[in-house]
Amino acid sequence: MDLTLRVWRQKDGQSTGSLETYQVSGIIPDMSFLEMLDVTNERLIEEGKEPIAFDHDCREGICGACSLVINGKAHGGFSGTTTCQLHMRKFNDGDTITVEPWRASAFPVLKDLVVDRTSFDRIIQAGGFISANTGGAPDGNAVPIPKPDADAAMDAAACIGCGACAASCPNGSAMLFVAAKVSHLAHLPQGVPERGQRVLSMVARMDEEGFGNCTNHAECEAMCPKDISISHIAKMNREFIRATVRGE
Amino acid sequence: MDTNGSLNGNVPAGPLAEKWDNHRFNMKLVNPANRRRYKVIVVGSGLAGGGAAATLGELGYNVDCFCYQDSPRRAHSIAAQGGINAAKNYQNDGDSTYRLFYDTIKGGDFRSRESNVYRLAQVSANIIDQCVAMGVPFAREYGGQLANRSFGGAQVSRTFYARGQTGQQLLLGVYAALSRQIAAGTVKMHSRTEMLEIVLVDGQAKGVITRNLVTGEIEKHAADVVIMATGGYGPVFYLSTNAMGNNVTASIRAYMKGAYFANPCYTQIHPTCIPVSGDHQSKLTLMSESLRNDGRIWVPTKEGDPRGPAEIPEDERDYYLERMYPSFGNLAPRDIASRAAKRACDEGRGVGDTGLGVYLDFTDAIKRLSLPVVQQRYGNLFDMYEKITGENAYEVPMRIYPAIHYTMGGLWVDYNLMSNIPGLFVLGESNFSDHGANRLGASALMQGLADGYFVAPYTVGNYLASQTPGDYSADSSEFTQAADDVKDRIHRVLSIDGKRTVTSFHRELGMICWDYCGMARTDQSLKKALDLIPALKEEFWENVSVPGSGDELNPELEKALRVADFLEFAELMCYDALVREESCGGHFREEYQTEEGEALRDDEHFSHVSAWEAPRNGGRPILHKENLEFEEVEFSVRSYK
Ligand SMILES: Cc1cc2nc3c(=O)[nH]c(=O)nc-3n(C[C@H](O)[C@H](O)[C@H](O)COP(=O)(O)OP(=O)(O)OC[C@H]3O[C@@H](n4cnc5c(N)ncnc54)[C@H](O)[C@@H]3O)c2cc1C
Ligand code: SF4
Ligand code: FES
Repeated sequence: MDLTLRVWRQKDGQSTGSLETYQVSGIIPDMSFLEMLDVTNERLIEEGKEPIAFDHDCREGICGACSLVINGKAHGGFSGTTTCQLHMRKFNDGDTITVEPWRASAFPVLKDLVVDRTSFDRIIQAGGFISANTGGAPDGNAVPIPKPDADAAMDAAACIGCGACAASCPNGSAMLFVAAKVSHLAHLPQGVPERGQRVLSMVARMDEEGFGNCTNHAECEAMCPKDISISHIAKMNREFIRATVRGE
Repeated sequence: MDTNGSLNGNVPAGPLAEKWDNHRFNMKLVNPANRRRYKVIVVGSGLAGGGAAATLGELGYNVDCFCYQDSPRRAHSIAAQGGINAAKNYQNDGDSTYRLFYDTIKGGDFRSRESNVYRLAQVSANIIDQCVAMGVPFAREYGGQLANRSFGGAQVSRTFYARGQTGQQLLLGVYAALSRQIAAGTVKMHSRTEMLEIVLVDGQAKGVITRNLVTGEIEKHAADVVIMATGGYGPVFYLSTNAMGNNVTASIRAYMKGAYFANPCYTQIHPTCIPVSGDHQSKLTLMSESLRNDGRIWVPTKEGDPRGPAEIPEDERDYYLERMYPSFGNLAPRDIASRAAKRACDEGRGVGDTGLGVYLDFTDAIKRLSLPVVQQRYGNLFDMYEKITGENAYEVPMRIYPAIHYTMGGLWVDYNLMSNIPGLFVLGESNFSDHGANRLGASALMQGLADGYFVAPYTVGNYLASQTPGDYSADSSEFTQAADDVKDRIHRVLSIDGKRTVTSFHRELGMICWDYCGMARTDQSLKKALDLIPALKEEFWENVSVPGSGDELNPELEKALRVADFLEFAELMCYDALVREESCGGHFREEYQTEEGEALRDDEHFSHVSAWEAPRNGGRPILHKENLEFEEVEFSVRSYK
């Protein structure tokens, strides 16, 4: 396949960036999208040019590092697929493909397609945990957890922290990410003692980080590579109201 | 080769089952009010490093934790699918601490240290309790009890799991605990920061030199103790199931400063990965081993059979694992299943375009269990397979081939998980300690969390109790020298300005290791590798092309430094494989096999850990042996017939 790539190039966080055009040939359908970028980079290096910087690590859809907006859609917009799991057979010979970084004010660009997502880490630090020191935990079967609850917790816990939700939200809201963690822990008996404080602190932190408000566009759910449902946002809202009413 | 007397693993005296309890009682404690005055460096935020950093933070130590990813939540522990073992015996099927211990020793082909393995089995049960308390959503039965499965050929059901994402959920548990300590101010997290050198002062580990991957700044970090938990070195083979960033840098740097590297040739090959599709391939994807519970593995009986799988009649198919290992069949252990696949492909009976693949067929399973049941059990794996290959495995059999997956070798540590360098502790996949020559499925997650949550917090405290807190300075000449060395190395690699990309060197190194030190090794192949690697290393330092500068985010530079370290390490790995003139676990020397083609151990001459010291003034590495004494178990031949 021969392709035209339009790629966001930006030297660093201080510089302004722009889209540059590259012609790439000899791409085969079995390549992953990132392997296509690898091939492009090898050629750029051989031509003495700077390769395109992008985040990636596991290349199997689980670490959440890869983060490209492809043709205007986070991860390319294919259901249940991260950028690294996307294969070139989804494209056609002669296509023009635009590749940009996550766009959200809370995710500043560091270089080319690489953004800073430490705002997500700080939201988790605000309360996305259960305070249980190592040692002295009761037997794992001491508190039975009904299978539907364990399953619901797992559905939410599947979030990989990639940021596609915030990057595709017109308001740059991180609601789906935050809701996934709140909902995961609220479904488990171990998470109950801290549930009120948790949701209040995480939401406050999310606001401080500069993420926008949720106005129910549901773009996040559509672009989430792990199919995290917006029903978790409803769950989080209930948790939030409960905590506020109780004055926690 | 210079061989000294047996290395001392500092194993406590007393009966096996009481060693750890006695040792814990005998260890010195640090007064809680004093802990804050001790600074601890933890390199790595996976299950092992993240677990240790969080727990030491909870205890009140002053911790600095490092990882190269943008967040500690992305350490490669995240990718583990299948599950984690623990001797809970919830299923009442005959499991016990002793049985998990025994299975691990036998699975490791009698090449691990008894006392460490026993301790691992002992603390395994605590791990599950701890993870549940922290909100890890393990699979549950309808009654609300924890669910288990049998995994990797174990004859009891002791594996706990969270769908096909066990590693993810365990790591997110660790990440949550770590985040809590970061918020509490006990842990300072340094993401996108790579350790490039270790610093010793008067022979003790006192800190590290790192590079800030965003700004390129070279930083000096000093502490009372250094813990490394930097994961496996699988990508020395270029293609593996590891993450792109997995590396040997921290370990090889410590080795060059005097830490012993143990059993580097013990590498594990996983039988069920998606085959290579072309030269562009950057990594290999594991298909969970659980597929072997219902899928049947076969190749055509005839060499070079051009027909598609559906056209090959039943009597022209060779279900070779079922034929050769009737009692374990398709569930034969990883090393055995991998070699059998290689043998079939070497005989010209491999399938797919490259001929490097075998079928994993669910036709019978679908007939026996129905399509919906197969979908329910394995649906996510079939989806993943389709994403990568574009094929629907409900209709055509999957194609699989072995790939490098795990590295049992690593820095040598004693019973306390301390290396031979005082003050340098090594945890998780980056040490050598518990899996001998072959790791059993679902045991690496167990080891990572055991080391991080339950072993290091005690043994590191014991070490610190004998140290005066704050006895270090990042301004000392040792730190300045180490930082200058790192800057020189970076400057050197950037100024070569050659013709070949870093990746082309990495790929070539990987091919050498895979072809000559991979699934099967011979004296001749290893000598060949030992000729080729130094030549490649020389070419690298003359002809590599690394664009950009050192003062910016520069992924090519990061790769170049890692590949340079892989080039150093590969030689050591091949040399270890050459000197170990026996076959055991993942180390298969063709010269040493039984008539049926099984691994032939030589317990008389090789029942030891090979711990390598870096050569002084060139020459070959220096061998130190730790003799393995087995008090509880008797040597036996692993048989899965
Ligand atoms: C695909 C796959 C599936 C697996 N499935 C299972 C399974 O089902 N069950 C099981 O028990 N095991 C499984 N394993 C093995 C298991 O996941 C690993 O052995 C284990 O998680 C390793 O944990 P760790 O903490 O030692 O290292 P890792 O999780 O790899 O963490 C390494 C850490 O070190 C950091 N680091 C590395 N080098 C540097 C440096 N130079 N400077 C700074 N930081 C550095 C990294 O950033 C990272 O934080 C699987 C492995 C793979 C690859
Ligand atoms: S909710 Fe989905 S899109 Fe958002 S961070 Fe999690 S996995 Fe990514
Ligand atoms: S690289 Fe890990 S999810 Fe894509």
